[in-house]
Amino acid sequence: MNTHVKIDSHEPADLSRRSFLVGTAATGLVLGYATIAGADSALAATANFEPSVWYSIAPDGIVTVTCGKADMGQHVASTMAQIVCEELGANWKDMRVALASNDPKYNDPVLGAQITGGSWSTMMNFEAMSRAGAAGRMALSEAAAGAMGAPANELVVRDSVISHPKSKKSMTFAEVVKSGKATKTFTPDDLKAIKLKTPDQYTLIGVSVPQLDIPDKTKGAAKYGIDVMLPGMVYGKVVTPPVRYGATVKSVDDSEAKKLSGFIKAVTLDDKTGTTTGWVVAVASTYAQARKAADALKITYDGGPNAKLSSESLLDEAKRLQAQDDSGQYFVKDGDPNAALGSAAKVLEAEYTTNINIHAPMEPMNATAEFKGDILHIYTGNQFATRSGAIAAGAAGIDPKYVVMHQMWLGGGFGRRLDADMMVPAVQAAKAVGKPVKVIYSRENDMTMDFSRPLTYQKIKAGLDGDGKLVAMSHDVVSAWPTQRWGIPDFLSPSVDKKGPLDSFTVNGADFFYTVPNHHVRAIKNEMAHNATPSGQLRSVAPGWTFWAVESMIDELAHQAGKDPALFRVELLDGKGDNAGGAQRLRNTLLAAMGLAGYGTKELPKGEGMGVACVSSQERKTASWTACVAHVAVDSSGNIKVKKLTVATDVGTQVNPDGVKAQVSGAALWGLSLALYEKATLKDGGIEQTNFDSYTPLRMSQLPDVEVTVIANGEHATGVGEPAVTVIAPAVGNAIFNACGARVRALPITAEAVKAAMKA
Amino acid sequence: MPTLNINGHNMSVEAANDSPLLWAIREQLQMTGTKFGCGAGLCGACTVHVNGEAVRSCQTMVGDVAGKKITTIEGLSAKGDHPLQKAWIAEQVPQCGYCQSGQIMQAASLLAKNNNPTKDEIVAHMDGNLCRCMTYSRIQKAILRAASEMRTASNASTERRAT
Repeated sequence: MNTHVKIDSHEPADLSRRSFLVGTAATGLVLGYATIAGADSALAATANFEPSVWYSIAPDGIVTVTCGKADMGQHVASTMAQIVCEELGANWKDMRVALASNDPKYNDPVLGAQITGGSWSTMMNFEAMSRAGAAGRMALSEAAAGAMGAPANELVVRDSVISHPKSKKSMTFAEVVKSGKATKTFTPDDLKAIKLKTPDQYTLIGVSVPQLDIPDKTKGAAKYGIDVMLPGMVYGKVVTPPVRYGATVKSVDDSEAKKLSGFIKAVTLDDKTGTTTGWVVAVASTYAQARKAADALKITYDGGPNAKLSSESLLDEAKRLQAQDDSGQYFVKDGDPNAALGSAAKVLEAEYTTNINIHAPMEPMNATAEFKGDILHIYTGNQFATRSGAIAAGAAGIDPKYVVMHQMWLGGGFGRRLDADMMVPAVQAAKAVGKPVKVIYSRENDMTMDFSRPLTYQKIKAGLDGDGKLVAMSHDVVSAWPTQRWGIPDFLSPSVDKKGPLDSFTVNGADFFYTVPNHHVRAIKNEMAHNATPSGQLRSVAPGWTFWAVESMIDELAHQAGKDPALFRVELLDGKGDNAGGAQRLRNTLLAAMGLAGYGTKELPKGEGMGVACVSSQERKTASWTACVAHVAVDSSGNIKVKKLTVATDVGTQVNPDGVKAQVSGAALWGLSLALYEKATLKDGGIEQTNFDSYTPLRMSQLPDVEVTVIANGEHATGVGEPAVTVIAPAVGNAIFNACGARVRALPITAEAVKAAMKA
Repeated sequence: MPTLNINGHNMSVEAANDSPLLWAIREQLQMTGTKFGCGAGLCGACTVHVNGEAVRSCQTMVGDVAGKKITTIEGLSAKGDHPLQKAWIAEQVPQCGYCQSGQIMQAASLLAKNNNPTKDEIVAHMDGNLCRCMTYSRIQKAILRAASEMRTASNASTERRAT
């Protein structure tokens, strides 16, 4: 079970050792943590005052919060502003957001890097943002107290106005900022001593204020990476090989491209970071010309070691590895499942698979690179500026400290923009032609070169005792290891059997909250898949496949035990030992979903059924307790119609309820899309699907009724972007079984598979 | 150099007649509200209006639209206050927002002809527009809201004319 990752090799992120500074700069009031632990108060008064600026207040009273998190549609920038605004006492109309550069001062206070994923942002930044807001309010209040001649503790701060009810005096934030008197340093102890609001005092947290990024997105005004325009810029279109990874360029014939207007150069990448293999960039004056030039290039390749591999070979290899007793490392090792299975009354064994899945955000991958003096400027929307900046530096052959990443709005992320492949062609093309270059992938490049959700193979063996009680589970998970590919040891977790680090982002979720006395989980790396299909983190990561297996198997066990599948889960969520607290919250959420869906309250028509699933995604320590009741209808040919998804999720505290609902609903539909509509395949080393005609995410006509209920019980805020993805596939699979008795164990679920399982 | 009539203005572009309108709008004219999604007419992110009809600008060649009236998201309304744009904010539709220019332009071509669409008519008209954030149900609600506002406005103006 992994503990929280922390990149120790970077800037120390421990805010408990840093002062919080409020000072006046030319632009108004700036507020943030000192960049250096122990920086003294003298800094605050100097012209060089440059704290880690988390927000500023301009002389007109506008508060701008700088967000170090990638905003890919989860409105995280707006959420951070909302948390600051609550404690600061500003009027929401005065709040604005800005996107941070890759300067380490914007690193996540918990993770020590700029990385956006794991549904971590709100939970990990809530406290620091709250304290930053409160510190600003105190500094402004003290300055206002001096100006008004009133005791600071008698002041009321609300809607960007500081008032003194007794004397009826008041000052706006703008007036206090203009006075230049609001200068204050909070030592780490001062900061810790600030008494934050309790939930009953909130006036903004828990309110669905309008998201700050939305108006621009209705006018075509929001700027994404693909919209960057630099003076003198030219364009690059990548030409990617037929093999996903491992190919090399043998020759490039640009004689036809040279006849085309606007063509500048064909640049063969020399990627020492190993992020790409066998890529060429066609550079031209316009992108339309670059596309034509790319098509005109005649390139020959050596396909490399993976050129003959297919999805079938990856699956065969996974099965071979799983069959070996000494494969992999243990993620969970409780009790002795083998012995317990030997004495169990009933033993079930099943294989669960998921195919390769492609992120396919609507904005194709792109990056713009410009060398300016010593500095390499990169303009793109990216989820992992800390690592991606280093990859850009590697592609340029310079030190990462000379790379400035200019963050843009992300036209979808879903984990795809944790990766840095787009840096390489932009940087090397810019270097080769001596001009800024914007590289834009075609959709075909984007799909065939995705850092995909890996093909996974899982085998579960489980045993029931004579009373139908689950006594043992042995669970093997075989996949590529996406996080290991990053090359950052801190993101890996030690194995329980001390056989070296494992990629817990391939097994999270398998360490569930059910009480099973004998429970093993083995993480097995599929080296062949790892090399042939470099994988990435796709929205919901491991729980997207581990819960598919676990929650399907739990259902199979319930039926074997002759128990209602939902009540069987309730029994297993007894909260014993380490499961205390979490198990009860998950049980309550499941019961809520059952109630909301009317589970078991009425006879359904023939061919219809309901199925449940409940999950502790994303990780054991960061779980949002999520349950789903799926209601489906299945016809005699195995065609599935999802009538309704009822989702309940316990997120502790919700900052913006409407935003939470949007995220959970989007996540649930991602789950459905992965369950029924999305499948990529490898053939001859290449991804076969190239565009939205062959890789087919859910469209409006496939939209079921989705009901989302959020439980906010005052516990700490947890994440909402991903957990609901993971609960849908098993709930749908279980509902199909309930409807027609067909058990499906492979994603995506097809009518053919359902029909075949009906006969079985 | 072809001249295009975009959002009521004649603009000349340095683009070949057989090159896609999308790139002329985005990169030549630097009007970036119209988005590139698939380059194959499969996703709808690049939707603009040509003589009032919603078309995929990645599949429309510059030479074929010379002299025609082209409207992009930037020209849908003077102040970004088309009933659909207002409804998109009221329903808090966009997440990443990348597909939403195309969604709004596609929806606008529906409401221009039919300001009282059924849900089925909305689905049929909008099904070619992908939203990877899956904001579909809010898109539907926003279209219904905008349609309602447009009906109210048109009833009001009809009444004014009658009196």
